[in-house]
Amino acid sequence: MESIGVLLACPMNSYLEQQLDKRFKLYRFWTVPDKSSFLASHKDSIQAVVGNAAAGADAELIEALPKLEIVASFSVGLDKIDLTKCKEKGIRVTNTPDVLTEDVADLAIGLMLAVLRKLCESDRYVRSGKWKRGDYVLTTKFTGKKVGIIGLGRIGMAIAKRAEAFSCPISYYSRTEKPEIKYKYYPSVVELAAHCDILVVACPLTKETHHIINREVINAMGPKGVLINIGRGPHVDEPELVSALVERRLGGAGLDVFENEPYVPEELFGLDNVVLLPHVGSGTVETRQAMADLVIGNLEAHFQKKPLLTPVV
Amino acid sequence: MNNISVLMTCPMLEYLEKQLESRFNLFKMWNLSSSKPDFFKNHSGSIKAVVGDTTVGADSNMIDSLPNLEIVASYSVGLDKIDLEKCKDKGIKVTNTPDVLTNDVADLGIGLALAVMRKICVCDQFVKSGNWINGDLGLASKFSGKSVGIVGLGRIGSAIAKRSEAFNCHISYHSRSEKPNTNYKYYSNIVDLAANCQILIVACALTEETRHIVNRKVIDALGPKGILINIGRGACVDEPELVSALLEGRLGGAGIDVFENEPNVPEELFAVENVVLVPHVGSDTEETSKAMADLVISNLEAHFKGEPLLTPVT
Repeated sequence: MESIGVLLACPMNSYLEQQLDKRFKLYRFWTVPDKSSFLASHKDSIQAVVGNAAAGADAELIEALPKLEIVASFSVGLDKIDLTKCKEKGIRVTNTPDVLTEDVADLAIGLMLAVLRKLCESDRYVRSGKWKRGDYVLTTKFTGKKVGIIGLGRIGMAIAKRAEAFSCPISYYSRTEKPEIKYKYYPSVVELAAHCDILVVACPLTKETHHIINREVINAMGPKGVLINIGRGPHVDEPELVSALVERRLGGAGLDVFENEPYVPEELFGLDNVVLLPHVGSGTVETRQAMADLVIGNLEAHFQKKPLLTPVV
Repeated sequence: MNNISVLMTCPMLEYLEKQLESRFNLFKMWNLSSSKPDFFKNHSGSIKAVVGDTTVGADSNMIDSLPNLEIVASYSVGLDKIDLEKCKDKGIKVTNTPDVLTNDVADLGIGLALAVMRKICVCDQFVKSGNWINGDLGLASKFSGKSVGIVGLGRIGSAIAKRSEAFNCHISYHSRSEKPNTNYKYYSNIVDLAANCQILIVACALTEETRHIVNRKVIDALGPKGILINIGRGACVDEPELVSALLEGRLGGAGIDVFENEPNVPEELFAVENVVLVPHVGSDTEETSKAMADLVISNLEAHFKGEPLLTPVT
């Protein structure tokens, strides 16, 4: 398969890069001086694109690659891939579900604990020597708080399972009610927000879920509400979120994703009720390796004409 | 009961102070510091109750200097700062605050484990210092599915185990004796526990037997990929050994809420990235501190009304 051209959209994982390099003819998109002339001269050699949450395969790229057969995403999210166009052109799409579910759910719980118990702030307090001058402030109990989950897919369910161990009553919103699920369903995000203490975004990013967290939802959450976003930045109307936090109309937030990564609104940097992470939901050694193996596994299966491991399209 | 004299050993919670003030004749020991010898001469005979905490309890000297002491009500579940032997000898009742703080301490145990494994504090600092625009951070370690070893399977240890199970962690434990109604694997030797788990969590009471229970041997057994979480008492861990193990990379990381000499924390740890340090906040939430205070008050009132104590230490 060493003659098969694979375009890697951006740097994502050195193990993955090595594996791709070994097995295919790898093109590193971010190293080419001029992207359009590169595409013009290489359009007939590229049969696969490997993308991730930052860079995928939009309509423009797909159109520029007439020999493209498969887009293998190093992510479970598909919002950077033009799925409709792929379907039209018979281009296969794969992602990395399941292998990252636990990590992302772990991080959601970690963010809840970090925000409510002010873990990072307490750690800074100790390291600055302030403890010698007095105790840190009281924080907020996590056990028993009502957790509302937007999107009860693999990740949403894994978050629910963990939160239940902390005696958190679980409720959710999703496109349709799931009758087999014992958690309380709310038919709108605003209602869910009004009835929980901690709201978690765990749904895919689509046209419908863009800015699903807006001013109305933030108002419904109120000054004691805490927002946790481990989905996608554009799920949240970021300027609205920032002003709510700065004006203390919202109790706190734990955010792993932002509208324009790696840029994060600087007004959030000084807030003690906010924890900010650089999109590390699946960022563990174990999981990134598993994700990389899945990308390779899917590509090999495709080019060997075997069934794809985790096809989306 | 406004004529009953109660001695509060140190500032612990404003709400508790106010409640004690409104119900009893309250003496605040930290306000008496300059005239402490005089205080004890003039008032020691009237003090019938001491309210202590994890910082200042009721040691042998204090008990000896309060001849009419009837009850020590601790604003804590830990009793290591109270001379229990002396209290027993003199028929002094002791109460603490079990159960109401179990969940908070267990939550902190899990929070620390997640913070260390997933580098949450490092990441937060990274973003807030504007460094993300220069590139990503390195990868962290997965928490789910890791083996968790708990030292002390009491209320708090069990609550930690229950939470860890939801993360598909394998649970094992060490305690003075095996507990009959659990499915968790028991190790009669703490070194064996440490050798067979990736995250070791100290959740036992501090007694003569558990002082420095986490020593060099245990730390060596835990190893360069092992993580230590301490939400028990500082003295359960040999602190200098812990510090050198972390500095030398012989231990993978640590999440510590308690230290041998609070509020002093070994400063060599401040620059260490794989360590999370918090200032003894295990039960320091608004909800729980109020519940603990209410329990202290209720125990005192019950005692002085001749009613059964709510949470006596037997």
